[in-house]
Amino acid sequence: MNVHLILFLAFAAVAVAGAVNLLAQTHPINSALSLIAVMAALAGEYLLLGAEFVAALQVIVYAGAVMVLFVFVIMLLNAGVEERTQGSRVAILFGIPGAVLGSVLVAWVVLRHSGTGEVPAGALPGVPATIGPLLFHEFLLPFEITSILILIAIMGAVVLASTPPSAPVPPREEN
Amino acid sequence: MVPLSYYLVLSGILFTCGVVGFLIKRNIITIFMSIELMLNGVNLSFVAFAAHWHALAGQVFVFFVMVVAAAEATVGLAIIIAVYRTRETLNVDQVDLLKL
Amino acid sequence: MTPNLNLWLIPVLPLAGAAINGFFGKKSSRTAVSTIALVFCGAAFAWALRVAWQISSVDLPYQEYLAHWIRSGSFVADFAFYLDQLSLVMLLVVTGVGFLIHVYSVGYMWDDPGYYRFFAYLNLFMFFMLTLVLANNYLVMFIGWEGVGLASYLLIGFWFTKDSAASAGKKAFIVNRIGDFGFLIGLFLLIQHFASLNFTQVFDSVTKLQAGPVTENLLTAIGILLMVGACGKSAQIPLYVWLPDAMEGPTPVSALIHAATMVTAGVYMVARSHVIFESAPTALAVVAIIGTLTALFAATIGITQTDIKKVLAYSTVSQLGYMFMACGMGAFSAGIFHLMTHAFFKGLLFLAAGSVIHAVGGEQDMRKMGGLRTYIPWTFMTMGIATLAIAGIPPFAGFWSKDEILWKAYQANWIYWLIGLVTAFITSFYMFRLYFMTFFGDYRGVQVDSHGHAHVTRGHDDHGHGEPHESPAVMLVPLMILAVLSVVGGLVGIGNGFEHFLAPVFGTRETVGATGEVASHSLELLLMFVSVLVAASGAILAWVLYVSKPYLPQKIAETLGGFYSAVLNKYYVDELYAALFVKPLVDGSTHILWQGVDRKVIDDSINDAADGALHVSDHVRHMQSGNLRSYAGWIAAGSAVVIAYMIWLGVGR
Repeated sequence: MNVHLILFLAFAAVAVAGAVNLLAQTHPINSALSLIAVMAALAGEYLLLGAEFVAALQVIVYAGAVMVLFVFVIMLLNAGVEERTQGSRVAILFGIPGAVLGSVLVAWVVLRHSGTGEVPAGALPGVPATIGPLLFHEFLLPFEITSILILIAIMGAVVLASTPPSAPVPPREEN
Repeated sequence: MVPLSYYLVLSGILFTCGVVGFLIKRNIITIFMSIELMLNGVNLSFVAFAAHWHALAGQVFVFFVMVVAAAEATVGLAIIIAVYRTRETLNVDQVDLLKL
Repeated sequence: MTPNLNLWLIPVLPLAGAAINGFFGKKSSRTAVSTIALVFCGAAFAWALRVAWQISSVDLPYQEYLAHWIRSGSFVADFAFYLDQLSLVMLLVVTGVGFLIHVYSVGYMWDDPGYYRFFAYLNLFMFFMLTLVLANNYLVMFIGWEGVGLASYLLIGFWFTKDSAASAGKKAFIVNRIGDFGFLIGLFLLIQHFASLNFTQVFDSVTKLQAGPVTENLLTAIGILLMVGACGKSAQIPLYVWLPDAMEGPTPVSALIHAATMVTAGVYMVARSHVIFESAPTALAVVAIIGTLTALFAATIGITQTDIKKVLAYSTVSQLGYMFMACGMGAFSAGIFHLMTHAFFKGLLFLAAGSVIHAVGGEQDMRKMGGLRTYIPWTFMTMGIATLAIAGIPPFAGFWSKDEILWKAYQANWIYWLIGLVTAFITSFYMFRLYFMTFFGDYRGVQVDSHGHAHVTRGHDDHGHGEPHESPAVMLVPLMILAVLSVVGGLVGIGNGFEHFLAPVFGTRETVGATGEVASHSLELLLMFVSVLVAASGAILAWVLYVSKPYLPQKIAETLGGFYSAVLNKYYVDELYAALFVKPLVDGSTHILWQGVDRKVIDDSINDAADGALHVSDHVRHMQSGNLRSYAGWIAAGSAVVIAYMIWLGVGR
């Protein structure tokens, strides 16, 4: 029983609790907050693995930007407690058992071959100094393309979310 | 020392919760959050494998996943706003005009 | 050195005439159409005469090769023509009588709207018949065989708007087809065992075959199958039923096709295949028996018929029976001799009957005729000559040929001779009955008023006049020529002249007979005398019943009662066939094939396939509900299956 394992389990417990809570809550804002908790726990996990840059990104981008966006939208749309309506039988009947089955299978396989070795704490050199060269040398093309992707996403979001023209333009009276 | 498999199992649990949430929830925003949860689970397994095999490329991949997730969340939420404007509902079951 | 006879011209000239008239005749004038038809047919006749003139300088048999046709392995069948004495006789008969009938038809069909069509079909028929006669292998003969069947169908159903005519055409074609089926199987057997259909090759192979039960069985089978074909084409029992119905066609058609030429194709084929038949005595006996029975059977029916053309039709069946009887006893040349004289007098009879029908404005029922000898003297005289010929009164043509047959029959088996004699009596009786009912007594017909025909529509008699009138010259001249031929045509048979002429073809054999003795000349004269006596008594009986005491036939009919009505109704053979064959076929076809197979299996399977597609898509449609979550559910389930499969794959290793 080492500290590494204890810390891992602690963070894991928080993450799983947050995930389950996301499912259990009815109001979307509660779900959003649980998701933030999950992300924070995952950031801890990344730190345990030694990926500091990724952990920082997780907090800044994911928890700090994306989730804030979610919360803003929830506020904007005044989303309330979701009602109970007729759902999809297929989803309940096939989807959940399917997902659970899939994950159980994967877990079983993974645990059976648990002789995959152990990951020491802080195994990764995850400082920006090591990631930077990777990003700008081998992965330059995806980097540039994702920047274009973000640009398009911004434009798309602006267009989609803008208010539509309120009234049709009246026809010109001249000629 | 934590075996790699523990990380993978955790990742699998998060992913499964995401899928189940996607299937159960009726509010479109909550469904989106389930998607984010799924992406997080996947990120974790990426980083775990990167640490196991000492392949730094795994982290870079996580970087890209986050970027794409952010873009996708942005556009998705914009669509939700647009749909809300016309449909006045956030219930995904009531937006089913694509049926036959 | 064999000169090229250019035989191919003989069939091809009428074909050209048929093509010209067929394509351009509709817009041409009647004169043009008749000129084309007569010129091409006459040219064929002239060329046939020229060929006949030339045969003394040519080695017979003469073969003329025209074109490749089938070369399949060792089996060869080409377009080629064959000329020997037998085909020369047939050639002259077909072209000569055909030409005369063409001339006659110009007058007979003048008022018919389908004038050009008639001559196109008639020329087409000539082409096929000549192909049949000139063929050098069975396959080309079969072309002609089928072709004349087609021409017969077209011409019987010439007035196709009339239901009975259309049905009669169909009946003729279908019954013919049944015969052709047997013929074809015979040909298949020939191909299988002799690898050829060429006459010379087949007959050579047959003669070289070792005699034995296997050979004899094979040849018997082939012979009987060929005879089946002949039964169909030449209207013998049991396939004769189409010939009386075929009288629906115009009278020139009946004369040409159903008296002089087409129906004799069967006799020609049997005569041509004599080598096969001579090696298969059983088949030959079958031919003789069928011929004899048919002769008697048809003659009895002819006694009671009232339609002038039907009497002649049954008479044709009966006379064809004589020809087959002759062939069946090995006296092939006698059969061909009778074929030739029969073409003359039967053709004349039919043409004269047409003249009579034309005179009385379309009426064909003899009970409504009578006393016509004053109105149509030329027809009266020519028909009288023909009647004398068919009855077998010397010195007219029919006497020589019929007597030849009876003499050979006596030599073969006296039963054949006896039946032949009885049939001769009956023949004479009904022919003179026809003659007396038509031309003697008082005119029992309805006056033809000024509006045209009074009753049965024949489509060609619209000139209104008060009383029967003679036919125009264009119809009378052929009658007279045929009458002359009916008088002198038999004289070639004196002193076995005809038999010697055909000897290179048939060989000079003693007739196949039970007695095997060479009978004496005085016996022949005695039998001749007996047959003349019999014919004369038939004529006298007819005179008594139909001229001097016309009330007698009615009383006799009443006395005979049921038997008489059976004969009158042709022994109900048509009804029997309808019940035995036609009705089960039609019912089976309707219930099993149409409603069962066509509707239930084929249509329903397609309908069910369509319905099934509809149902399936109806159920599958629910998959696309527009519901996001159900889509996600399907995706999750599907991916779970894939993951499970991959894990199973991975773990198994």
